Amino acid sequence: MVAGSDHGEAVLSVRDLNVRFRVPGGEVHAVRGLNMQVAAGETVAIVGESGSGKSQAMMAAMGLLAANGWVEGEVRYRGQDLLGLPPRRLNRIRGEKITMIFQEPMTSLDPLYKVGRQLAEPLIHHRGMSRRQARARAIELLDLVQIAEPERRIDAYPHELSGGQRQRVMIAMALANDPDMLIADEPTTALDVTIQAQILELLNGLKDRLGMAIVFITHDLGIVRHMADRVYVMRDGEVVEEGPVARLFAEPRHDYTKMLLAAEPAGHKPPVPEAVPVLLRGDDLVVTFHTPGGFLSGEAYDIKAVDRVSVTLRRGQTLGVVGESGSGKSTLGRALLRLVPSQGALRFEDQDLTAIDLRKEPRLRRELQLVFQDPFGSLSPRMTVGQIVTEGLLVHEPQLSAAERDRRAVEALNEVQLDPAMRNRYPHEFSGGQRQRIAIARTMILKPRVVVLDEPTSALDRSVQKEIVELLRALQRAHDLSYIFISHDLAVVRAMADEVMVMKNGRVVEQGPTEAIFADPREIYTKALMAAALEGVVLDAGRQEAPVAV
Amino acid sequence: MVLRDSLSEIEAEPAYVEEQPRRGRSLWDDAWARLKANRAAVTSAVLLVSMALACLIGPALSPHDFDAVYSNYVKVPASLKAYPREAEIEPVLERTLRRARLQLDDWRIEGGRLFATVSSSRQIDERTTRYLDRADLFEDAQIIGKSADGETMTVSVGIERQRFLFGTDSNGRDMLTRTLVAGRISLTIGLLATFVALVIGVTYGAVSGYIGGRTDMVMMRVVDVLYSLPFIFFVILLVVFFGRNFILMFIAVGAVEWLDMARIVRGQTISLKRQEFIQAAEAMGVGNGGILKRHIVPNTLGPVVVYMTLLVPKVILLESFLSFLGLGVQEPMTSWGVLISEGARNIQGASWMLVFPSTFLVATLFSLNFIGDGLRDALDPKDR
Repeated sequence: MVAGSDHGEAVLSVRDLNVRFRVPGGEVHAVRGLNMQVAAGETVAIVGESGSGKSQAMMAAMGLLAANGWVEGEVRYRGQDLLGLPPRRLNRIRGEKITMIFQEPMTSLDPLYKVGRQLAEPLIHHRGMSRRQARARAIELLDLVQIAEPERRIDAYPHELSGGQRQRVMIAMALANDPDMLIADEPTTALDVTIQAQILELLNGLKDRLGMAIVFITHDLGIVRHMADRVYVMRDGEVVEEGPVARLFAEPRHDYTKMLLAAEPAGHKPPVPEAVPVLLRGDDLVVTFHTPGGFLSGEAYDIKAVDRVSVTLRRGQTLGVVGESGSGKSTLGRALLRLVPSQGALRFEDQDLTAIDLRKEPRLRRELQLVFQDPFGSLSPRMTVGQIVTEGLLVHEPQLSAAERDRRAVEALNEVQLDPAMRNRYPHEFSGGQRQRIAIARTMILKPRVVVLDEPTSALDRSVQKEIVELLRALQRAHDLSYIFISHDLAVVRAMADEVMVMKNGRVVEQGPTEAIFADPREIYTKALMAAALEGVVLDAGRQEAPVAV
Repeated sequence: MVLRDSLSEIEAEPAYVEEQPRRGRSLWDDAWARLKANRAAVTSAVLLVSMALACLIGPALSPHDFDAVYSNYVKVPASLKAYPREAEIEPVLERTLRRARLQLDDWRIEGGRLFATVSSSRQIDERTTRYLDRADLFEDAQIIGKSADGETMTVSVGIERQRFLFGTDSNGRDMLTRTLVAGRISLTIGLLATFVALVIGVTYGAVSGYIGGRTDMVMMRVVDVLYSLPFIFFVILLVVFFGRNFILMFIAVGAVEWLDMARIVRGQTISLKRQEFIQAAEAMGVGNGGILKRHIVPNTLGPVVVYMTLLVPKVILLESFLSFLGLGVQEPMTSWGVLISEGARNIQGASWMLVFPSTFLVATLFSLNFIGDGLRDALDPKDR
């Protein structure tokens, strides 16, 4: 089967593309002989895990490589080779005919200028439109990307828009010059699932209306199924498999594709019997963030991040806390560990935690532990892994000798299946999954009883996610741990938790045993969340995306 | 022997280590590798180190003391050739003899020695040869012959060859030695005052930023108050109270320069404070001291090191400025600032008095700035 034969002429054809980077002590061959065709009106997905070279391939094709990279091969846009093109002519194609949108809608807009101005500026400069024409066109574009009330939003600053709206503005900017092709590099990774579903739907609709081709770069095979016509699966800079979506999902040929498809975390956790004693119990917890008023900062106001939430955690239980960003799930986790002050009753076994200063009660502090989301931010970059892992011991068992601490570090690293010989290395030398293992080892060395896992798998590739989930399960079985598992990723929660709590705007929307909730969600919000996350479908309840309060 | 070796190996290796742990490459190692690849920075570092070494041991090797006055060689230009020149000998000889009330009749040079016939209307005292010995040009004056009436005498003196590679100053002191000695002072003040600023600034800034809230506000207002003190006024006050003193320089410069450092470190700390690894340490129950010591200070050191390399030249310039105003080091001790201020006064007649010290100062400042730039590039995380 000839790639893209049913779509006619190729808009972009890439032949034998090689990208190399010069790094201290050698070079990295990031993309190895990529061949690719994109036909008009077609959506092509490039799928791969981090480091597979999927983004670099497209950056190289667009002449956007970092200074230490260089590219060989052939990239043709409608027959014209882009690689040898002088910057001026390349810019014309790049800005008008092939446009890009990126992952971070927070940082791709300049916070100092109004959205309308950022949209209009290129129209004025490149198209010679008058200010009024450009403004009219900008409103048209905002309407095209389905931003409600475009006449009003055009005068908004980026921080007044939500993440989804910002990504819509980015798409509008990319569409300004009627491109032939849109390269979308993980455009929905930073967004909540319901918003993600909306953006994907928007992109699909735009593609049909405007007849442009889309190159969709993603690590998430779930998205690909709903978006793409054809898929390229990349690994270590090489395409291991390509083909139409239906075929690839039905009968993957390469082992790596099979592995990616099977990488959804599987398994269930049986519920804990009622008879098991309750370990941690919070009643009507309220966390309020107070913004003080002042001479220049305006009125004082309070935000209720957690609003009357009750939690019971039995020994060996895993409570999954699900919700979108801003739902208060992370704050709840920290409140349960007394890392942020809260109102309401909070008991650990038979002790009233609200009455105790945990800084002065090291025993309780070590029994209530926390694992963070970002395996890159949560490890101090200037300490060795051994130092990081044993830091808690310096506080809780100061009598240990250095050799003893080292022995414990080896033990802990063995437990999280990391080679203890690497304990004198620094965090930046490890991959995301390994770093998360280090973070887990740091917690486990203290032998805690309750661990709050705050999105521990969200920053990781699917296949690595699965391993971490299995590791966490094994640790739970071995040490009879109780977890509070905070995540926006329903698939992982389903595999980890025996009880689920769905949160929205600081309140609990729905709560119950995992299987019951997943099989039969009762609340509209839960249904919308599940539809978006598990099937990529937009349900009406999630549709109205509230703008951020100014 | 072999057995002993293997035995000691077994003993040395703790039983639980299956494999010798590999040493990791720290961020510092990476930065070091990148710095070494930066040619400008490496050249600057080599230049700086050789200059510092020259300042340190140079004066001991030099034939001149830094405070030795050669009154016959006042403001002689820099030269590779040795003094005295032929043309200079006669006037000095005449002047010296006139002081001894002797008349120069005839003179010639033979084999590195000068033979002069002198006369007087009275009996010549043999001790008058000391006048010749006292001149910087001559040494070892001997009387070869004396006329019967004692009114004419032939003396032979050795000509003392002196090299002044950088010339001499208006007091006839060797500029090379003085420049090197001045370098000691300038570099010491630069490094020590920077170190003082570093210690105070990092501690103050880290504490202020980490504790935050009201404490931070009060601590930073103190910094603002100190900022508003006019520096020169402050130094003059110190001089009035304590007299001119080398230590005072450190106190004055250090007391002013830590303010910037404190602000930089405070800013860094505030952004670090929100990072997850700090939160993780807090969740583990690590106290404030531990967090500051293990997490915050090591992570602020990158920008601090860069700022330090820029602070050293700034301090050297400040010291020069103070010395220029006459509030700095005292004669005969000197610093680059003092030398440059003297040189500036003599720029018309004796440009070498300005050129050499300022070359040293400029080279130091350039080197430090290049090293600072190199460090900033090497430590910049955006590169990775």
